[in-house]
Amino acid sequence: MTIRARVTGAFLAAVLSTTAFNGAFAAEDTIKVGILHSLSGTMAISETTLKDAMLMLIEEQNKKGGVLGKKLEAVVVDPASDWPLFAEKARELVSVNKVSAVFGCWTSVSRKSVLPVFEELNSILFYPVQYEGEESQRNVFYTGAAPNQQAIPAVDYLMENEEVERWVLAGTDYVYPRTTNKILEAYLISKGVKPEDIMINYTPFGHSDWQTIVSDIKKFGSAGKKTAVVSTINGDANVPFYKELANQGVKAEDIPVVAFSVGEEELAGLDTGPLVGHLAAWNYFQSVDSPANAAFIETWKAYTKNDKRVTNDPMEAHYIGFNMWLKAVEKAGTTDTDAVLDAMIGVSVPNLSGGYSTMMPNHHITKPVLIGEIQSDGQFETVWETPGLVLGDEWSDYLPDSKDLISDWRAPMSCGNFNVATGKCGGKGS
Amino acid sequence: MYRIIQTVLAMLFLFAAMPQGLRAAEGLRNLVNALGEAKLSAMDEHIAALAKTGEPEVVAILDALGAGNLYARKTDGQVFLTKESGSNLALIDPISGESAGETPKAAMSKIKVNNSVRRAVRAALGGLTLLSPDRAQRLKAAQSVLQTPDVDALDAVENALVAEKDEAVRTVLEQARAAMLLASDRPIEEKKEAVRLLRENGGREALPVLSAALGSAENGLEQDIEAAIASIEQAQEFWNAGQNVWYGLSLGSVLLLAAIGLAITFGVMGIINMAHGEMVMLGAYTTFLVQDVVRTSFPHLFEWSLAIALPLAFLFTGTVGLVLERGVIRFLYGRPLETLLATWGISLILQQSVRTIFGPTNREVGNPFWMSGAFEPGGLTITWNRLWIIVFALAVFAALLFLLKKTPMGLQMRAVTQNRRMASSMGIRTPLVDALTFALGSGIAGIAGVALSQIDNVSPNLGQGYIIDSFMVVVFGGVGNLWGTLVGAFSLGILNKFLEPYAGAVLGKILVLVLIILFIQKRPRGLFALKGRAVEA
Repeated sequence: MTIRARVTGAFLAAVLSTTAFNGAFAAEDTIKVGILHSLSGTMAISETTLKDAMLMLIEEQNKKGGVLGKKLEAVVVDPASDWPLFAEKARELVSVNKVSAVFGCWTSVSRKSVLPVFEELNSILFYPVQYEGEESQRNVFYTGAAPNQQAIPAVDYLMENEEVERWVLAGTDYVYPRTTNKILEAYLISKGVKPEDIMINYTPFGHSDWQTIVSDIKKFGSAGKKTAVVSTINGDANVPFYKELANQGVKAEDIPVVAFSVGEEELAGLDTGPLVGHLAAWNYFQSVDSPANAAFIETWKAYTKNDKRVTNDPMEAHYIGFNMWLKAVEKAGTTDTDAVLDAMIGVSVPNLSGGYSTMMPNHHITKPVLIGEIQSDGQFETVWETPGLVLGDEWSDYLPDSKDLISDWRAPMSCGNFNVATGKCGGKGS
Repeated sequence: MYRIIQTVLAMLFLFAAMPQGLRAAEGLRNLVNALGEAKLSAMDEHIAALAKTGEPEVVAILDALGAGNLYARKTDGQVFLTKESGSNLALIDPISGESAGETPKAAMSKIKVNNSVRRAVRAALGGLTLLSPDRAQRLKAAQSVLQTPDVDALDAVENALVAEKDEAVRTVLEQARAAMLLASDRPIEEKKEAVRLLRENGGREALPVLSAALGSAENGLEQDIEAAIASIEQAQEFWNAGQNVWYGLSLGSVLLLAAIGLAITFGVMGIINMAHGEMVMLGAYTTFLVQDVVRTSFPHLFEWSLAIALPLAFLFTGTVGLVLERGVIRFLYGRPLETLLATWGISLILQQSVRTIFGPTNREVGNPFWMSGAFEPGGLTITWNRLWIIVFALAVFAALLFLLKKTPMGLQMRAVTQNRRMASSMGIRTPLVDALTFALGSGIAGIAGVALSQIDNVSPNLGQGYIIDSFMVVVFGGVGNLWGTLVGAFSLGILNKFLEPYAGAVLGKILVLVLIILFIQKRPRGLFALKGRAVEA
């Protein structure tokens, strides 16, 4: 209710400022930042936290005096986990509320639905969630992990440290798991894994009866070779999946599960005692020991007035994206889209794991990859990390369709899908 | 092997000038402190070195290491066993086992463990506790030796077998010995004997051992191993079919629980109740609240929390149902479309209010110990929580059937739904009966929520996952017939589980829906249609 009220308020304010008092308020005007995260419906479980994180970041920045001498103002809308509504709300944010940048979306399908809007209205979207790659758009900055910043290092870790030879790729049936598994399958085969040692399994959204699949995994794992499960199971389906694993006695020492969609927030609804040792691959864990992270957690707990609130990887992605945007706006001296788009490339800001993340010309960022094991207190403990930073690779080198494509949004190339084989801009995804 | 080293070490200590006990303790302490500085990749060697000392203290130290309770003090690198005590850690000296005071967590650094360290700990503990006087510990040790057969431990296992009297432990140990034999360089006759033993006793656990041995098997042994694998797999086929039936029954019981309340509100009363799933969700949240109160105020009652939650969930959701019926639904009798829209709106309102009050994230509902884990009769794996849910679903069904068929209240309910005007003229207060029937259906959805909180997410979306399935079961089973709901739920469950291995979870679900559509074409009134004049009314 309050959000609706706020939205209506913002809407009225926007109408007033653009019609009756056109330009008159410019001096005291604020810089508006759009937040496009579902606050109701199925995705609210994940996205509400990101809305809160953004509001906190904006409040903190305003305490420091805002940017370009102006205060920041958050405009929150609720696309209600409804994909077409994402496009409508995005349009409302950009053309009615005149926001300078939008932070939002979670699922790939919601991102795909807003892409044409940002392109048409020439605005900026920061997308904070790990995703399947195979995309690079002029108006979007991808601060979450591409497959090579999450999935591939995780598989490498299991191959090297756990000597895994047999793989179960289990996922929810939609675009992210399907594409990621396609990339992983190609990668595993290129590493000499036999096709019969790979089992791929998809389940519907919100799947709750995991008995058959878990027992299939057990069966698949009893072929005398070390087996691991790579899970791209999304959201709500994870809790019953892990409960079934625990009940059927699948221990991490025998068949570890490495997940790409399970973070601190998802574990908060689970008794993690029986899950100790199962893995997750992210670019950030709440348990990371760095002064920046300690400060961030403290601010977050104070902001939410809840000592038990956890932080997670997409929050860090917003933290990085927001700070990059601030820096780019200061560098450009304006919030004008084209100027900020130019200024963004090469911007470098501290991340929460103690290093710096840089925005690269393909609109993806560099970050470390961490592998963590679930602990009994619902946190992850980092057991391995990449020696250096990894740059997000938008077009996977392991898929035949995309291995020749690169993206570079600097002039003169300014192309999201440049084919190095043909020397032309265009191809898949154009 | 480690016995020899143990003797050698003991001899060395004899030579030392210091008193032997003190010297041994000193050596052990150095080994323990070395854990604090060891890299993850080098932990295996440190654990092996610790295990080789054979000191009794090592068991507790390795236990703590595996559980992540071993910390090193940042100032001097001393390693301690620890226990949580508020925000502090209570320190226990690893050698003497005496308390060493408390320190804040920040002053200690945890010794990192990963899966390979845990495996090493498990194997070392297995070797160390094979001769423990405690039967349960020996059994656990034997099982862990079987899970990670290591040729070096063969002598230890054989020694243990000589001393072992307990039948169950012996069986496991013999399997472990056979598994190790296959990887050793013993003569082929002994290996053949080992294969025979694994073939006879081993279930699924024997398969990885045999398949691994197949790669390196010498001539003459290969056929034996292949035959053994084939025979075990054949036995597994049989058990798999049984396992599928079990999974089907278990899925059926979940469907039954979800649908049984709807069998009252939709089946008996004819209200298209889209808010049914939200009643289930409210029941689950009641469980969460009860557990929350129990955890903070009466922790000793935790095992009973579900029993406490049951009546509360029934009363709470029943009351919500009563209010709904009196406030909204009674104005809409005989107008199915409006009812559908109104109850759908109510379901959205309930979802969003729960989201506002409890937040959108999942809430943790714990499993009491009697609902955790599994047991394995023959080649089946039966998880306790599923077993209890089947029992519970049948109990609810029986209670409801009794209520409807054997009590005056049930008689009135049936009378009103079959012929409202006649019932009314016989002096039954039909509005009251309507309200109570709806409350009953909602209350039963609530107690289903208590059970479902054990296997699913407790989140505002909980109900949405069940509403379609519930309608499917009630329509398939035959509207207005409780037995139909029972048979419908279990047959859909089993059908689903037999399709799933072949068609996959997504396609399996679609196939079930297609089959139901075809079935409804043929028999529009479901499996068990009500007959007689009442139906036409």
